[in-house]
Amino acid sequence: MTVADDPGADVVDVGFRPGKLLLEIPARVEFVSLVRVVVAAVAELQPNLDKDRIEDLKVAVSEATTNAIEAHGLSGSIDRIHVRCFVADDEVSVVVHDRGFGFDPDAISELPPPESPERLAHEAGLGVRLMTKLADESEIRSSPQGTDVRLVVYTSTRSAQVRKRPS
Amino acid sequence: MHILTDAGRSGDWSVLAAVGELDVVGAPELRQAVLRMLHAGERRVALDLSGVDFIDSFGLGVLIGALKRARLADAEICLVITQRRVMRVIEICDLDRVFTIYSDLNAVGATS
Repeated sequence: MTVADDPGADVVDVGFRPGKLLLEIPARVEFVSLVRVVVAAVAELQPNLDKDRIEDLKVAVSEATTNAIEAHGLSGSIDRIHVRCFVADDEVSVVVHDRGFGFDPDAISELPPPESPERLAHEAGLGVRLMTKLADESEIRSSPQGTDVRLVVYTSTRSAQVRKRPS
Repeated sequence: MHILTDAGRSGDWSVLAAVGELDVVGAPELRQAVLRMLHAGERRVALDLSGVDFIDSFGLGVLIGALKRARLADAEICLVITQRRVMRVIEICDLDRVFTIYSDLNAVGATS
């Protein structure tokens, strides 16, 4: 069955319980902005999460979702991408799950220095860097059956506690 | 994403203004607009991103590609960024050390 044959290809499924949301989207790029909007709306349920952190989370989730859609494109999967959001007392976390062929996160090469002419050869490859830098926690678990990307941002209270903690 | 290709000039720079989200959906439109300008012989192109309220690595990739193609065409590209969010993403990826960036479109023309 192809995407064109699937009568539900344009349907987004949403499951919601207090503090939890599951979004299932067709693996198509036009749904990425919807994921960003929904994740931001869920994150706003956590009153102690700064607006800037919600914006950080939006970028990180955009990266994970775009990668997941690309993974389904490469594998030919017509399964939906699953995006789960969890609002906890001191954090908001998002898990993006795809059923692509997976990849080796450790095989992502370091970018050349910004001043190097070779840097301009790297139009792609910034996504993982952004996820790592923008989220307080980021974890990629990948296998030939698919990939889970978990992204976490902390509330201001927890961020302050982390900063106080001796390293 | 909405691209204004006739956003005027600032000094001897042609201005291309982008409005909306520079992501996997919006960024390709900007790439095409830049390529059209370079093919038309423009040698100084200012990308005004003041109206861009979201950018991710796909958008950054298009900006890097635009700079690469401009250099191949012996042309120049600069960015105008007023949104703090956009600047934050650019800085995280160290691209503030790759691009010439202005915080005011009028400042671009002043360099002519």
